[in-house]
Amino acid sequence: MVSQSGNEAGGPAGTGWLARAWDSDVGYSFRTSPVAIGAAFVSGLIILATVFANVITPQNPFDAATLNLMDGFTPPGEAGAGSGMTFGLGADSQGRDVYSAILYGTRVSLLIGFASTVFSLVFGVTLGLVAGYVGGRIEALIMRIADIQLSFPAILVALLVFGVARGLMPPSLHEQMTFAVMTIAIGLSNWAQYARTVRASTMVEKRKEYVDAARVIGLRPFPVMIRHVLPNVAGPVLVIATINLALAILEEATLSFLGVGMPPTQPSLGTLIRIGQQFLFSGEWWILLFPSLALVILALAINLFGDWLRDALNPKLR
Amino acid sequence: MIAHLVRSMLQGALVILTVGLIAFSMFRFVGDPVATLAGQEATDADRAELTERLGLNDPFPVQFARFLGHAAQGDFGISYRQARPVADLLAERLPATLELAVLSALFAFVFGVVFGVYAAINRRGVVANAIMVVSLIGVSLPTFLIGIGLIYLFAVTLGWLPSFGRGDVVRIGWWTTGLLTESGRKSLVLPVLTLGFFQLTLIMRLVRAEMLETLRAEYVRFARARGLPERRILFRHALRNTMIPVITIVGLQLGSVIAFAIVTESVFQWPGLGALFVNAVQFVDIPVMAAYLMFVAFVFAVVNFMTDLVYVTIDPRLKS
Repeated sequence: MVSQSGNEAGGPAGTGWLARAWDSDVGYSFRTSPVAIGAAFVSGLIILATVFANVITPQNPFDAATLNLMDGFTPPGEAGAGSGMTFGLGADSQGRDVYSAILYGTRVSLLIGFASTVFSLVFGVTLGLVAGYVGGRIEALIMRIADIQLSFPAILVALLVFGVARGLMPPSLHEQMTFAVMTIAIGLSNWAQYARTVRASTMVEKRKEYVDAARVIGLRPFPVMIRHVLPNVAGPVLVIATINLALAILEEATLSFLGVGMPPTQPSLGTLIRIGQQFLFSGEWWILLFPSLALVILALAINLFGDWLRDALNPKLR
Repeated sequence: MIAHLVRSMLQGALVILTVGLIAFSMFRFVGDPVATLAGQEATDADRAELTERLGLNDPFPVQFARFLGHAAQGDFGISYRQARPVADLLAERLPATLELAVLSALFAFVFGVVFGVYAAINRRGVVANAIMVVSLIGVSLPTFLIGIGLIYLFAVTLGWLPSFGRGDVVRIGWWTTGLLTESGRKSLVLPVLTLGFFQLTLIMRLVRAEMLETLRAEYVRFARARGLPERRILFRHALRNTMIPVITIVGLQLGSVIAFAIVTESVFQWPGLGALFVNAVQFVDIPVMAAYLMFVAFVFAVVNFMTDLVYVTIDPRLKS
């Protein structure tokens, strides 16, 4: 992440771009902020762990053949009655290792989080650029829609999109399409903020001389927007995206918790919490507690990193 | 001032119209109501007859106008899944949601302002700092985890409060209330805390920040110089000016109260509108989804208008 933010200030990547990023203002702010280092470290560790989930977990929780029902409800740190394997964080009702399930679940959560953030970023930035650059009726229409959408909570919009998408698809496709539907539902509920920010900075940029110059040499509006305006309005977008990532992960968890997200055959952290909630009264606390902790730590780490990034990239605070 | 209020009203109407168009498009283009209602054994003639009876053969604008006309009279059609009028379903569940939302807004507002003022006055105190840390945690925790945590503490471990439902309710006309019975009041506590918590932390942080700003203003220093009692300075002079941004945010945050109500109601199996909506999404019950959307837009417009009204009362400058 350091290299990305440094790169932005430092121009094209050469051989020494890492060193340049390290010496930049943002790099300095990173080095001197323990919270930023801690948050980046935890986020990085979680991402690495989920990437290598199949290497560092004792079982594949999606593969029913490796599960042993006799291991069901093994408390943390004890050996299962069926397989004799030790379950560090316990096992759930199916004999699924909670630790493995969390890593695979975090992988699903992160993938949907990243995918939906990219979706809303591309969608929002495009609309914002067009609104700011073209102006007139198109701008009014786009910004009105953004206003109305922003007054509705993201989770409500995502639920609606999810329901509508379900209605448009044949039921046989529901299970395999859930990932895509979730990505679009969450992505569509978060684009308006990008659009607003990008439109505001585009309106400032388009009056500058370099845009006039680009137009004078005969470039069409589309290349001017992409090649000249976009790089100059991209800074704040990065900050919104980081904070949005944490929000998207929490949104996905909430949807899955409500039972309108990832199915139990392909659980995300939210689905795992939903499953664990069933055992709240019967005393198997570990099935619920550990996925909840994983979710909170993940969201908190990304959030703190985003907070730092916002402050570091804001010249007013320097 | 009247121009201001009229503009606010027109804006609300525009929002309702736009949302109405979305709701209607969902009705018209998602799923096949005929197939859902007629069942598998229906003949083609049955289907054609049903299509005609439901008015699905008319042109789009005619159908949209009819939809708006019906919606204005509170008629949102029949639930695909429960085969009952959607309006009845909404009316049945409205009291539960309103009771929950109003009580938690009240809870959040009162405690938010009290804690916020306290944290601003004793900025360096231990209690004030503890409040700020708790509020930071509250902002990062998702609502459903707060709900589950409260259930675990107060229902499972301590056994003091019920973990789901509304308890016994008393029927007054078409309204039902849980405030008049003991089990009803007990059932309200945990959902109200869960729903109010996010709002509370938000209001508290805002009041604290605004108070700190205001206390540095010249007129506060002047009031002190005049020898006014500290209590009067804080509450009559400083707090009054703090309230304007707070009320704006509380009004704007209504949307998130509704969103968190969806989650809270699901966690506590609260028989309200939010839980109804989640069920409707699961089973693609379009009429219920559309009606809920219209309801939210309506509430949003009304609250926005009321926020503007309160503005005028609090800030005498807007009257002229």
